[in-house]
Amino acid sequence: MDFIYMAEATPADSQRKPLVRSFLPTNLLVWLGVLPFFLFAILFILMPSSSLVVGSFQDTQGHFTFKNIVDLFTPSILNSYLLSIQISLVTAIVGALFGFMLAYAAVLGGLPRWVRTAVMTLCGVAANFAGVPLAFAFVATLGRTGIFTASLRDAFHFDIYQHGFNLYSFGGLALTYLYFQFPLMVLIIAPSLDGLRREWREASENLGSSTWQYWRYIALPILLPSLLGTMILLFGNAFGAYATAYALTGGFLDLITIEVGNQISGNVLYNPNLGLALALGMIVVMSVSIGLYSWLQRRTARWLR
Amino acid sequence: MRKINLWAWFWIFLGALYFFGPLYGALDFSLREKRGTLSLIAYQNVLKDPNFRNSFTYSTLIALATIVVGLLLIVSTAYWVHLRLPQARPIVDFITLLPFVVPAIVLVDGFIQIYSGPPFALTNTPQGTNVLLMFGYIVTAMPYMYRSIDAGLRAIDVRTLTEAGQSLGAGWITILFRVILPNIRTALLSGAFLTFAIVIGEYTFASLLARPAFGPYMVLLGQDRAYEPAALSIMSFALTWAAMMIIQLLGRGAPGQGQVAVAH
Repeated sequence: MDFIYMAEATPADSQRKPLVRSFLPTNLLVWLGVLPFFLFAILFILMPSSSLVVGSFQDTQGHFTFKNIVDLFTPSILNSYLLSIQISLVTAIVGALFGFMLAYAAVLGGLPRWVRTAVMTLCGVAANFAGVPLAFAFVATLGRTGIFTASLRDAFHFDIYQHGFNLYSFGGLALTYLYFQFPLMVLIIAPSLDGLRREWREASENLGSSTWQYWRYIALPILLPSLLGTMILLFGNAFGAYATAYALTGGFLDLITIEVGNQISGNVLYNPNLGLALALGMIVVMSVSIGLYSWLQRRTARWLR
Repeated sequence: MRKINLWAWFWIFLGALYFFGPLYGALDFSLREKRGTLSLIAYQNVLKDPNFRNSFTYSTLIALATIVVGLLLIVSTAYWVHLRLPQARPIVDFITLLPFVVPAIVLVDGFIQIYSGPPFALTNTPQGTNVLLMFGYIVTAMPYMYRSIDAGLRAIDVRTLTEAGQSLGAGWITILFRVILPNIRTALLSGAFLTFAIVIGEYTFASLLARPAFGPYMVLLGQDRAYEPAALSIMSFALTWAAMMIIQLLGRGAPGQGQVAVAH
């Protein structure tokens, strides 16, 4: 293992040599090759993002103020953040659990090989089938006149809408988000499950451990960082979602993405700088979760060589 | 062993139900425009609608522009980083991950802030806004495009191929277009189809920049028609499915496939 690693490291080392010379002026020319990319990144990622930071601390006349940041802590805005965080947490946890069971069944469940191929393919499609068309599919299935709703009503005189179900609510939106959440979990966690070596299970069984003990003391501790890391990815995935929520609820569910959208298109009492502060708050939430993600990734990387 | 198998089948069954349920619902619903019989009227209505054709054409063109400009930018950067600037890799990697931290709705807010006034008043003209939309899509697709191309470049020996080309007297353009690109065509095509799948039905950027794209058209149709949205849903699904199948066929045996795009 170590030998292979060293053999691979040699060409990379020879490529790394310019590091020393890179501070000499002649090598500045080499950096010109990536200039377009950095220009692009500055113009279309860094400048727009920093304009949010600057604008959040300005009033409409351009004077410095903390008012927009203070206004973020009014109950209605806090509720929007809270609702977005709630739906992201719920769909991340449920999606991760369901996705894990599905991936486990497909990878280690002892099923025929084609099942695994089919599951991975379908998950690839489902994880990419999101936004407006996904909302339409759920309306056609579980909406007030949807196929499932109507057939239950016709066959059993049972109206799910009179028994607490509503697609255009928190629960319905969560159900819709899960359609792209659990397949993403399957796609990301399957390689980690492949990394669970058969020898570990055999070794633990030889030492007389039960299935429960194998999971509690061996498999779960190894998988935990990548499980949590993937959950955070799912969290961010749901937290930034706008199109699906807008198409499903028509902008009436008070998510933070919907709020930002309303501020931009001027559907509410218009204060552009408050809109920027709302967006800045989202970046803060995302940065915290991505920071957690990369920390967990580093902890789990060494097990998956 | 049998017990484990039964449990595994149970979860597979549940997953299949979740996957096919809404698809079946949309398909069934889309065929019921005419009371009492199954018909393709909803699909015919959609295809007849000039707004459908216009918005779909518009989104296809934007997707093509995104693919061409995005690939040029990212391939040249990734190639240069592999060949001459390995020390720039950490920062390039970091930048390509930034779109995950900045959701589309947040980025579009910043776009409007910067590009609706001087010195770069892009949103004042339709052409300017189209360019802005394209760059927004390049940012969105960048993480997936870069990963696909980076994996493709990793799999070939960039340095040896370039030196071989040079010693045979080829210039930079010849080397890039006749040596490197043909060797990573799988990665290029995967990146292209993935980008197409992201851009074609995208709603957030298009709607907030007020461009007549396919995503906003679908939402508009969803507000005043009942059966046509379901038909659009099925058509979009077929497109996504086709793009993913092509990526999988291309990626068979090649590294760096199994990509996921996330643009909700």
